[in-house]
Amino acid sequence: MKRADIAVIGAGPAGLSCAVEAAKAGAKVVVLDENLKPGGQLFKQIHKFFGSREHRAGTRGFRIGQQLLEETEKLGVEVVLDAAVYGIYEDRLIAYITNGKDHTLKAEKIVLATGASENALAFPGCTLPGVMGAGAAQTMINVNRVLPGEKILMVGSGNVGLIVSYQLMQAGADVVALIEAAPKIGGYGVHASKIRRAGVPIHVSTTIKEIIGEEKVEEVVTIELDRNWQQIPGTEKNFEADTVCLAVGLSPLTELAWMAGCEFVYIPPLGGQVPIHDRNMETTLEGVYVAGDITGVEEASSAMEEGRLAGVACAESLGYYDKIKALELKNEIWNRLDALRTGPFGEGRFQAKLKQVNARGQLV
Amino acid sequence: MTEQQGIIYQGFPSKEELLKIPGVPSKERIKKGPVACIECVQEIPCNPCEEACPYGAISVGKPITNLPVLDEEKCIGCGTCIAACPGLAIFVVSVSGEKAEVSFPFEYYPLPNKGDEVWCVDRAGKQVTRGKVLRIIKSPKYDATAVITVEIPAEYLDNVRSIKRLERGNK
Repeated sequence: MKRADIAVIGAGPAGLSCAVEAAKAGAKVVVLDENLKPGGQLFKQIHKFFGSREHRAGTRGFRIGQQLLEETEKLGVEVVLDAAVYGIYEDRLIAYITNGKDHTLKAEKIVLATGASENALAFPGCTLPGVMGAGAAQTMINVNRVLPGEKILMVGSGNVGLIVSYQLMQAGADVVALIEAAPKIGGYGVHASKIRRAGVPIHVSTTIKEIIGEEKVEEVVTIELDRNWQQIPGTEKNFEADTVCLAVGLSPLTELAWMAGCEFVYIPPLGGQVPIHDRNMETTLEGVYVAGDITGVEEASSAMEEGRLAGVACAESLGYYDKIKALELKNEIWNRLDALRTGPFGEGRFQAKLKQVNARGQLV
Repeated sequence: MTEQQGIIYQGFPSKEELLKIPGVPSKERIKKGPVACIECVQEIPCNPCEEACPYGAISVGKPITNLPVLDEEKCIGCGTCIAACPGLAIFVVSVSGEKAEVSFPFEYYPLPNKGDEVWCVDRAGKQVTRGKVLRIIKSPKYDATAVITVEIPAEYLDNVRSIKRLERGNK
């Protein structure tokens, strides 16, 4: 059995940031990730990030990933890859499989940074080859350098749909249209402007009626929606396409938190059922922390800040930081998190996170 | 059904929205020489433009969701801010007699060559006029965002914001 001060599950932006922060304080950290490469979704983010200098704004996401990996290496953080964690048992015993063999790891603190997964959408033709998650398409183009298709129709106007549309064009595809069921565009206007300038039409109040194709996507029929989300007959439009990308939201990957016995709260704007945590990112289970999209779907910058917060809190709890130093560090992180959760796009998440933290006090 | 105007419906700012924001220079200022045009109309948490400007002509302040404010007297139209904006929402415009110049960020390959005649597009991607590529700046500081300047007839100054993507050789 392996031992560590802190076991971090998930080597994405939240997990790596957490590991770096805790290791800086002197803790022995082991990071487990089921993938063959660390970085989570960071290495497919080829666009420049938003935020402030502290959030490394203006830097392309994959470069932030490279910097994080360099730091983990320098600090001696052990990153175990191809390691699928399948269980968390009493006294923070973690069971995982790597290289086809069972292993266990006993940690004083566990940080769950498992991220989120893409939502699906059901419609006639949705099982045809050529229908895929926008995140999957993004992995294909930016990590594996394979174009999923030549003519793409994107469903969903959140930042994922807008950014992946842009990147598909950068990779050489055409985006024939972006459709959005809601009456307005969900993501940042600047992302939408990029693809409009490139000639992509955006149709709001529109959904997929069906996909036509024998063995693969050949044509997409869209239809407009009324105020009650009902299809308006006669408003069909046909688009020739070979690929349909779905960017219809993400759901937190919470299985391990459920299994461990964390208490949850239902907050739709954060992606549904999310583990309750306090301002140290600690769940209702002592010694089990969460960070990043598992706590509610946001974006990489807030995931990294939450990871740092969990890292500092774990280090403090293990005695690597005194109360005053830890408080100072945590306040700095909270200020940066609050800055990311302001404005018309952030305010809703700010309120939702407040509700999540306050839910702890309301448990009987 | 007429399409509703505005960034949240069409994906690009309407003329009315652009008139209301503090990042767009006045008509008088544009006549005096190159100047930045910051088409940032939504309060998102972002401020790299503020730091990028070597002349202190852009301020965001706190909270960082403030819209960037352009000090059009301080701005000399150097264009350093263009590639710094993660939203690719900053342009530099100038006008001289019958001709105008627009500089914009461009992140598609292939890049045009200096001197090429290309299709220039508006905010909706519509081809509005032919233009001539005057400059292509690729600085390591810009981190792979090219800054292209096109010369166009002056009447399209307010419309042209990019060029049509060029065909890839291998397609």
